Amino acid sequence: MNLLEVKNLKVHFPSKNGLFTRGQERIKAVDDVSFTIAEGETLGLVGESGCGKTTTGRATIRLIEPTAGTVLFDQENITAMSGPALRALRRQFQMIFQDPYGSLNPRMTVSQAIAEAIDAHRLAATPESRNARIDELLETVGLEPAHADRFPHEFSGGQRQRIGIARALAVEPKLIVCDEPVSALDVSVQAQVINLLQDIQQQRGLAYLFIAHDLAVVEHISHRVMVMYLGKVVELAEAKTLLKAPKHPYTQALISAVPVVDPDTKRQRIVLPGELPSPINPPGGCPFHPRCPIAEAHCKTEIPALREIAPSHWAACHLAT
Amino acid sequence: MHLLEIKNLKLEIDVGTEAAPVVDDLSLTVDNGETLALVGESGCGKTTTALSIARLLRTPPVQYVGGQILLNGRNVLTMSEKELGKVRGRIVGYVFQEPRAALNPVYRVGTHIKDALKLHRPEAANDEEVIRLLDLVGISSPEHRLKDHPHELSGGMQQRALLAIALAPQPKLLVADEPTAALDVTIQAQILDLLRDLKQSLGMALLFITHNLAILNNLADRVAVMYAGQIVEIAATRALLRQPLHPYTKALINSVPKLTDSGHRLETIPGNVPRLGAFPPGCRFHPRCPSARPECANTMPALTEVEPARWVRCPYAKSR
Repeated sequence: MNLLEVKNLKVHFPSKNGLFTRGQERIKAVDDVSFTIAEGETLGLVGESGCGKTTTGRATIRLIEPTAGTVLFDQENITAMSGPALRALRRQFQMIFQDPYGSLNPRMTVSQAIAEAIDAHRLAATPESRNARIDELLETVGLEPAHADRFPHEFSGGQRQRIGIARALAVEPKLIVCDEPVSALDVSVQAQVINLLQDIQQQRGLAYLFIAHDLAVVEHISHRVMVMYLGKVVELAEAKTLLKAPKHPYTQALISAVPVVDPDTKRQRIVLPGELPSPINPPGGCPFHPRCPIAEAHCKTEIPALREIAPSHWAACHLAT
Repeated sequence: MHLLEIKNLKLEIDVGTEAAPVVDDLSLTVDNGETLALVGESGCGKTTTALSIARLLRTPPVQYVGGQILLNGRNVLTMSEKELGKVRGRIVGYVFQEPRAALNPVYRVGTHIKDALKLHRPEAANDEEVIRLLDLVGISSPEHRLKDHPHELSGGMQQRALLAIALAPQPKLLVADEPTAALDVTIQAQILDLLRDLKQSLGMALLFITHNLAILNNLADRVAVMYAGQIVEIAATRALLRQPLHPYTKALINSVPKLTDSGHRLETIPGNVPRLGAFPPGCRFHPRCPSARPECANTMPALTEVEPARWVRCPYAKSR
């Protein structure tokens, strides 16, 4: 059964807030995005900067109000909820942020930061049980109970990200939206955090929406991967399938651009001409056509629909087979 | 004679009341037309080393404690400010990680480049040369672009503009400090291609600083890996990536997720990169090293040549 079902999600922002320009141009940051996440599954979300991946993640758990669309979490429509009902349900979905330096209050000790989450949902009856819970959480994420009374500045980036994970886990969520959780970390520490996330998922059966720009990291941790370009989903498939047989020309180019350590790997690199167009004024037809190496005439006028090209393999390209 | 030769460089930085070593006993060479990559994680001293070459570090807090930096055989550390002015830009050019921060937002792109020309090649300070340079770095319709302000360019284009400024004085050595770290993969690939083409067509040497081992293929001739202010391994790129000898290099390569090994557990390096001023005694990597022996905690190993042109700072590297 699906834990999360996102249908036709749209997030449009006004591009300027001036007196005369208000409401004239709208940035379609997320434009008609649908996907599902099953219990205990990791869905990876990749794309370049400005493609709408972070906005999708935030709108999914209503940290940003969606312009249109529905989000069903455990069969309940969170887009229609408000007030106490939504707050109570928020326990079930948490978020881990990219910047471990910016996402922790510098004046709160680690135990205060975690306790705040526990208290907000009244998950501990007594201070003793709360402290026991904090110690247990710290142990889960690989920190020592002695760390509980320290402040964020006393920790390294990787340790801070562990605190962020402990805080998210404190309310026993079913889904965690991870927004670039390892991209600010050193390579050696990045691997530690990825392994930790995988361990926690195995122990607790959590689902992740894992957002990152690094395709190798996403492919490593995800069961399925979704690729976004200019606010739209261009491809969605199982991680291995997507990597071995990408159908969309953008995914193909993205995979071919990923740097590889092994000097003996022989690959054909597809170099995309030009840069990401502005989402204020996206190209007509297929949004990828100006950079696409195989575009044909009708790609300029007709918007391709996301279609199931092979079982569980979806791509939004007229020419993909 | 090497174009650049750093001999036993030692730098310290003031941390509170004490001076902590940032770069320790660092020696390396770069020949004309050669590309050397300096690789390491944050805080390992790679950027400090790069900035020291043209003496761009502020003193204090940094102090040049010992060693020599020879550019074409002349020691940068004993030069006067006037002499340094001729070295900066003309012999060593720099490109930095954050192109936006390196460009002045109120000046047009063309003005930046023309300023560099006026200072170093006044005879060529004209629009034709500016257009030629913009074209050289792959900026399309350069005659229009030179009138743009930095904010009108994307990150990739800004990095190209920065490269045009650095190339204007025709340096012998280009120091590129994480030039692609702030860019998307597809744009990163474009900039790396450009650097590869430029160093060949201009016959320029390149000192490429990065934390990303995966982008060195087909770019660097040799790689120097740094850890906690020291070089721990230097080798030809292919040899180093194929068969790393130092345990740190090995661990670093194995902790990068590969596109083909999903499902496998990533190898990790336990612990964290040591903080400035808190470098452990003995071998600096020993607290995190999977194959450390008791004596590693006491004696600092020397960087030794274990094979021709292959240097490793680990006495047990060969036997493993």
